[in-house]
Amino acid sequence: MPTVNMNVNGEAVSGEVEARTLLVQFLREKLRLTGTHVGCDTSQCGACVVHVDGVSAKSCTMLAVQCEGADVTTIEGLADGDALHPMQEAFRDNHGLQCGFCTPGMIMSALDLARRNSAPSEQEVREWLEGNICRCTGYHNIVKSIMAGARAMAAGQGG
Amino acid sequence: MHDFTYHAASSVADAAAKVAGGEDAVLMAGGMTLLPTLKQRLAQPSDVVDLSGVADLRGIRVEGGAVTVGAMTVHDAVANSPEVAAAIPALAALAGHIGDPQVRNRGTIGGSIANNDPAADYPAALVGLGATVCTDRREIAADEFFTGMFETALDEGEIVTSVRFPAPAAAAYMKFPNPASRYAIVGVFVARTTGGVRVAVTGAASCVYRESAMEAALEGGFSASALDGMTASADDLNEDIHASAEYRAHLVGVMARRAVAACG
Ligand SMILES: Cc1cc2nc3c(=O)[nH]c(=O)nc-3n(C[C@H](O)[C@H](O)[C@H](O)COP(=O)(O)OP(=O)(O)OC[C@H]3O[C@@H](n4cnc5c(N)ncnc54)[C@H](O)[C@@H]3O)c2cc1C
Ligand code: FES
Ligand code: FES
Repeated sequence: MPTVNMNVNGEAVSGEVEARTLLVQFLREKLRLTGTHVGCDTSQCGACVVHVDGVSAKSCTMLAVQCEGADVTTIEGLADGDALHPMQEAFRDNHGLQCGFCTPGMIMSALDLARRNSAPSEQEVREWLEGNICRCTGYHNIVKSIMAGARAMAAGQGG
Repeated sequence: MHDFTYHAASSVADAAAKVAGGEDAVLMAGGMTLLPTLKQRLAQPSDVVDLSGVADLRGIRVEGGAVTVGAMTVHDAVANSPEVAAAIPALAALAGHIGDPQVRNRGTIGGSIANNDPAADYPAALVGLGATVCTDRREIAADEFFTGMFETALDEGEIVTSVRFPAPAAAAYMKFPNPASRYAIVGVFVARTTGGVRVAVTGAASCVYRESAMEAALEGGFSASALDGMTASADDLNEDIHASAEYRAHLVGVMARRAVAACG
């Protein structure tokens, strides 16, 4: 079996995987980082979004072996101890989640938008969320959360 | 997904050798189509040869009035390239409306055209602009490249290395997207090129094609009104849960008029 080495949330990890092992399986089943969710397993819903070398990607549509030497960030890597990341805080403040299943993917996707655009408009946020599906909220408060989170990050409250 | 042997290719020649060496090897670009296909067990390759480490295949070059996009260049890079936006803004806009941000972060032009999904966007740009597909063996004109549903002129093991787009006088792409996937229910790419007006249609039929009657009408006078009342023939068009053949035929006319108007 191939061995894969990568950095996950700043820590060097390595493990034996099958070539077909998906990145999300490696994260959840080998590393027990279960914050990254599998909603569809068909590349549609975005519950599995993580960052690979700083760019958002669907971890159900990548092989673990493709991440050899990569820096991977998951939802578990955002908070600083007990202090939530400003984007996480914004979701809490704006009631941006109900069941919470889509939330890790929403937040990881939102951070890729905030990296490119520190003050996204409502329209820009809605277009960006094309690949993230939520069954609960109707998106309204997710959009509000992301706009607020991006502003908070730009205002230098971390990020 | 069945298991396979994974190879990270270091160069185009290395990838070609690894594909030739495998019993039933496939190339992988962004994996945005390949991995879902393997998950559904629609294919069962012995070997997967990953092109993502081949630096030569990535990048955008503009020279002599042409834009050359490396096969492994992701949609997001084309969408946000100031060079592409300056030379062929319609191409940057098309790339920016493929799927969703995460698909654009990993999906590549080489993978998209090698796959030749009947509803994919890039085939319309290649045919609409009269682009040239460069492979590790030869150059293929876009008009000859897309040969049928999920079929191309590529030979066994042939690797797309780049696509060269001549910059047009004006061009625009209009798509009526499937609201769930963003694939084109109908997409029309119109361009005024040195070789004449080109109208390429994707999503409507089993493969991208040119609407020659519309091209002729636009040669007579390049304005949206030149296409008044024109639709495609519904005879060989796709029919599925998303749209009937008649509706697609109607949309070809609507999208073509909008694209001409957007050419300014
Ligand atoms: C949710 C979702 C939505 C999408 N929406 C759209 C959309 O709106 N419009 C659209 O056009 N597309 C859409 N796509 C497709 C996407 O844009 C990718 O371009 C496409 O999946 C193929 O690119 P890839 O780089 O991922 O190729 P892969 O999946 O890695 O490869 C696809 C095929 O091409 C072959 N191949 C790859 N590279 C080469 C090469 N250099 N030479 C020869 N053969 C090669 C592979 O062997 C494989 O058979 C969508 C995909 C998903 C998952
Ligand atoms: S689980 Fe990856 S996109 Fe749905
Ligand atoms: S909060 Fe339940 S799916 Fe989004």
